[in-house]
Amino acid sequence: MKYLALLVVLLSGMALIYTGLDLPPWGDPNSPASLHVSPKYLRDSLKDTAVPNVVTSILADYRGYDTMFETTVIFCAGLACLVLLRVSKVERKGAHFRHKATGLVLHVKISGLLEHSREFERIDTQWVPHDIILKTMCRFLIPFIQLFALYVVAHGHHSPGGGFQGGVILGASVILLSISFDLRTGLQKVGELKIGLMSATGVFIYTGIGALCLLLGSEFLNYGILSKILGVDPVMSRSLGIFGVEVGVAITVMAVMIGIYNYVSSEGRLDEGL
Amino acid sequence: MGWHIDIIVLSFVVIIAIAAIEVKDLLATAVLFGAYSFMMCLLWSIMGAVDVAFTEASVGAGVSTVFFIAAIFHTKRRSQD
Repeated sequence: MKYLALLVVLLSGMALIYTGLDLPPWGDPNSPASLHVSPKYLRDSLKDTAVPNVVTSILADYRGYDTMFETTVIFCAGLACLVLLRVSKVERKGAHFRHKATGLVLHVKISGLLEHSREFERIDTQWVPHDIILKTMCRFLIPFIQLFALYVVAHGHHSPGGGFQGGVILGASVILLSISFDLRTGLQKVGELKIGLMSATGVFIYTGIGALCLLLGSEFLNYGILSKILGVDPVMSRSLGIFGVEVGVAITVMAVMIGIYNYVSSEGRLDEGL
Repeated sequence: MGWHIDIIVLSFVVIIAIAAIEVKDLLATAVLFGAYSFMMCLLWSIMGAVDVAFTEASVGAGVSTVFFIAAIFHTKRRSQD
């Protein structure tokens, strides 16, 4: 069986290399893509959309449908994790609590006994890091990570970045909070309802901007028509439309990343995690 | 100069890919996948695709490694084959 698998891998690798030989060399100015498609975008992007970063203008404007359905795919991935992993009925065989002053750990079998006590804090059963340095450092870092993520989203017009990357970094900051403290701290800040609402809101913002263009009497996702309500010229309103779309993408990606982490790390119980 | 960096990074990619398959410890495999993504990110940025490199760094090397580790936390660490 193992040799059969090796044979299949070798054969498909050889087929890939054979096909790869037919591709034009890297950076070839005479390849079809460099002759017709790319020069048009490179020439017209700044004139059409006032966005210096061509990648962003292609992703969110010229190829807006692609990015819209990519966002929908991410939303569906979050939904799939919810459907596959979420366990609605949580049966708990007690919980562990630590006395803050003495460090004494109790295993309490009656639920709700020490939940809201000031002297005791709930800890995870399997893995109990109690590292004040780690927690303090993460507390310091998280606001800067979030600020950088917002910068990446907002500055995607001028530098590499945009909704996907910024959203992932925003989600990673909350995941870092969940890892360094525990899952319940992360869920207190961004709960399950918020995650669900936000992942739908992002897709709604994206399609909403597209539908707004439709209502104003133009094609779907043709941001130029937004100049009627924004009060700027069509080129600038394309730039602003791209920004609005990127914000939608960032919200969806952030919520889905946090959601997937929560479900995977807690086996869908949202109780005790990594 | 750029040509040499290209070859070095590419050979690292191959070495890490083989190591990720061969290593028995699943946690080490997850970390090697992160390293693989980081090398691919370097490769993208050498080729001038900075947006792709950024996505690779944040999604491939960052979040997906965390997902792998979160999943491995709920399985056995040693791989059977």
